[in-house]
Amino acid sequence: MEALMSLIVGVLTAAGVYLMLRARTFPVVLGLTLLTYAVNLFLFASGRLTVGAPPIIRESATHYTDPLPQALVLTAIVISFAMTAFVIMLSLKARAELGNDHVDGRPSQEEAP
Amino acid sequence: MVSLCPPRNRVFITERNRMNLPLVVLAPFVGAILTAWAARFGARRTAWVAGGMTLLALAMLAPSMAAPFQGELIIQRWSWIPQAGVELAFRFDGLSLLFTTMILGIGLLVILYARYYLSDDAENPKPGMGRFYAYLLLFMGSMLGVVLSENLIVLLIFWEMTSLSSFLLISYSYQDKEARQGARMALTVTGLGGLALLGGFILLGEMAGSYDLSAILAQGDVIRADPLYTPMLVLILIGAFTKSAQFPFHFWLPRAMAAPTPVSAYLHSATLVKAGIFLLARLFPVLSGTAEWNWLVIGAGLSTLLVGAWFALFKHDLKGLLAYSTISHLGLITLLFGLGTPLAAVAGLFHIINHATFKASLFMAAGIIDHECGTRDMRRINGLWKFMPYTATLAMVAAASMAGVPLFNGFLSKEMFFAETADFFLDFNWGWMLPALVALAGVLAVAYSLRFIHDVFFNGDPVNLPKTPHEPPFWMKLPGEILVGICVLVGLFPAMTVAWPLRVAATSVLQAPPPRFDIAIWHGLNIPLLMSVIALLGGLLVYAARRPLFRLAERLQGVLDAGAAYAWTLGGIIGFARAVTQTLDRGSLQRLVVIFVVSVIAIGLAGALGSGSPLTGSRALLAADPVSIAMTLALIAATLATLMLHRKRLAALVIIGAAGLLVTLVFVKFSAPDLALTQLSVEVVTIVLLLLALYFLPQHSPAESSRPRRLRDTALALLAGGSAGALTWAMLTRPHAPISSFFLDNSVPGGGGTNVVNVILVDFRGYDTLGEISVLALAGLGIYAMLKDLELPGLKCDSRGGPWNWDSHPSIMAALTRLLLPLALLVSVFIFLRGHNQPGGGFIAGLITAVALIMQYLANGVAWTHERMSSNMHPLIGVGLLIATLTGLTSIALGYPFLTSAFTHVHWPVVGDFELASALAFDLGVFAVVVGATLLILIHLGLMHDASHPGPELQEEPR
Repeated sequence: MEALMSLIVGVLTAAGVYLMLRARTFPVVLGLTLLTYAVNLFLFASGRLTVGAPPIIRESATHYTDPLPQALVLTAIVISFAMTAFVIMLSLKARAELGNDHVDGRPSQEEAP
Repeated sequence: MVSLCPPRNRVFITERNRMNLPLVVLAPFVGAILTAWAARFGARRTAWVAGGMTLLALAMLAPSMAAPFQGELIIQRWSWIPQAGVELAFRFDGLSLLFTTMILGIGLLVILYARYYLSDDAENPKPGMGRFYAYLLLFMGSMLGVVLSENLIVLLIFWEMTSLSSFLLISYSYQDKEARQGARMALTVTGLGGLALLGGFILLGEMAGSYDLSAILAQGDVIRADPLYTPMLVLILIGAFTKSAQFPFHFWLPRAMAAPTPVSAYLHSATLVKAGIFLLARLFPVLSGTAEWNWLVIGAGLSTLLVGAWFALFKHDLKGLLAYSTISHLGLITLLFGLGTPLAAVAGLFHIINHATFKASLFMAAGIIDHECGTRDMRRINGLWKFMPYTATLAMVAAASMAGVPLFNGFLSKEMFFAETADFFLDFNWGWMLPALVALAGVLAVAYSLRFIHDVFFNGDPVNLPKTPHEPPFWMKLPGEILVGICVLVGLFPAMTVAWPLRVAATSVLQAPPPRFDIAIWHGLNIPLLMSVIALLGGLLVYAARRPLFRLAERLQGVLDAGAAYAWTLGGIIGFARAVTQTLDRGSLQRLVVIFVVSVIAIGLAGALGSGSPLTGSRALLAADPVSIAMTLALIAATLATLMLHRKRLAALVIIGAAGLLVTLVFVKFSAPDLALTQLSVEVVTIVLLLLALYFLPQHSPAESSRPRRLRDTALALLAGGSAGALTWAMLTRPHAPISSFFLDNSVPGGGGTNVVNVILVDFRGYDTLGEISVLALAGLGIYAMLKDLELPGLKCDSRGGPWNWDSHPSIMAALTRLLLPLALLVSVFIFLRGHNQPGGGFIAGLITAVALIMQYLANGVAWTHERMSSNMHPLIGVGLLIATLTGLTSIALGYPFLTSAFTHVHWPVVGDFELASALAFDLGVFAVVVGATLLILIHLGLMHDASHPGPELQEEPR
């Protein structure tokens, strides 16, 4: 299980970084989203992996998973949504101001729609 | 001659039950708000409010004013941050008495004066007057705070506030470039000084073991013997010297003359620039008495005295002359404190009073002249005696006092100054240099005072003045009259007027009764008198021979210009910062991402390889089951597909949505139901958002990168992914000892909920959550601001070049979503209520509600939805934050720490048992913010859509 989790985080990170390195805003937003998944999963994993022991207090339960990373990641998910939204709006604003969706610093003509 | 019996034994009184000192400090701050508010009822009222609040502060101080005369020290303290030794403590002794009287008294006169100065005529004040008085009162409060503080840290806070408020005052005419530059320079210099002072205070506090002045002042010997005494002294002196415009930090003061003249009369003669000297006086018993103190303080004071006096003589601007003469006099006072003898300190205090009176009245006279003539250039202002003899007389008395002419107060303190410097030379070789240089400064002082009188009031006729000057209104002259009256009274009857307060102030500066001193006009023929005579005669001669000197000064211009050094340094710093920025950031995000990723990997690898610990830890592993393996493969496949298809935008979006859902399953698998619910609902909102945004972005992503670039990126991505995976592996295989058992144990008894994640969010770490929803609200508002007035062209054709499909929303979907809305809202309420005990809560319920509402937009269109629901989400966000904050404050009001929760069990039929906790109210706030911010973002993007294509309405057939 641990290997699977590491694999997931690794693949998501790699894909996220590659897309972050593209020259247009849309792939960058996609990359950011993938990277967000990776980071949230990583933070979540810092509580170690536990199967079938949600942190809901029950009389029958013998052990629980670590609730603290979960609480942190929960707000992180919501905030990363806000930040993704912010980046998207920034890219729209950039499109309106600069007339293109480039993030590589090279001025470029917009292709015909 | 006057000789007073020494004060009775000092009694330390701590009046805990009275709190007039903090109220005295608070009154001007309240006044600032009131004044700004009163400005809407007319500018003239603001002067009344400002004056009234100053009088109120004076009245509240009155009950304590007698105490210093009886040898009492008043300390009023409240605990603030006891862990850091910071107390809200105020102190009232002789020195505080001297300064508060000056701050409030001259403040009152300046308020009266400014009422007329800032008016075009007596009846029409300028509209910005409210702002002016508000700033002035802010400054007054800060300055009172400085002189009344007992705790060094509190003193420093007020000290910084004086810097900030004086910045506002200097930049009052912010339309002028000079005012802005002058204000910035003053803030930079005094701000840097404040930073140094903070360092000095912390060192001092460490040495004394307390930030309380009472404790520090009692430990002079310990502090002087400390190995860190010299750095501490230097840091504190930098703070004091920058504030009091001592050489080489003096250059900001002349440039601060861009401030309105009442500000100069108040800040740059009587109060602000005396703050540094106040500090020297306050810490005199602790810091003085060492060779370092003597050298540094005398050196700075003497050079300031000479430099200021020299430049003052050659300034053509009336206020410039006064500014440099102020610098010179500040140097004089600093020099006196630098001598370190008790009598020198008494003389320094005396000159503080005298300089405040004559310089403030001179600034007021300069303001009258400026106001009446429309210029301050002394080459044009001549012969004003004929136009305003009364003002001229006042100014001449004040200038005579500045020059040290007998019968006026400036003469008395200057005599004492000469006497002290003459005494000092007995101890040193070359000691005679000091009185000689001081006498030279006296000569220059007489010369520039003479120039002020002769050039302005005589010396022919005015040249080409914009206005014809005449005497100002009575009330504008009154403040100057009062100050000049004090000059004369003190000058003639020192024993009856100033001796006792001076003795009281000196007692608290020295922390001991001062030696006997007598202030008198005639002491017989002695060296100080000789120096005075030399100064007066020499000044006359220098002024007579001024023309060659002026030519010399013009040639020397720029040689000793500390302002140029400042500009050069600042330019260097800005250039360096710009070079660094331009190297790192060339407008390319890719470049920045590469730098970031490479540095993170490098630092991480260095740490990992350096520690030498094995990659795999000792924790027992979980066995992988086939379903997990399959899901992992699916997630990897979705990720890779996103990567491959990222140029086919819509397809990539669908697939990344699938990846998000698979991440949700990871949370489900590993016992995180709350996270799964959150991720699920966020995923929906994110995809909708991306879809909306896609409409405005170019439809195609051509392959931009070259093949080598793609290879490089692939390598980098693989390296990053490999590192992240290895790090996760290393972490997951290591045992850990979480702090979470506390949360698990206390969730039910302490927080009243069985869902530990939710209890952590709304109770244990509620403060964090409050911060997080604030971020969310800010992001929403930021996006709103960004989308406002943003216009993007809509699409006219689809990606294949066909005409855009303007079909209205499918009616089946519209009907279904309308039916779904109440159901979805019900689910949301359910999720919200059970959140404390079962998976759910404010965040998730908020997202579900947002999704339900957004569905209405998608299915029915913006217009339909807005007929039924307000699109203004700001109140919802505000109410949410308010509810969350008020919940927290309620627990403070009940005497518990912020956000302590209270709860009770309630049975609700059908729904079941649930806790009615105060945390539920907090969660309601979270809910409202989440709904508000999410909808705000999406609605406004949707509205932009509508604005961008009016197409269908135009193209459709009329119904």
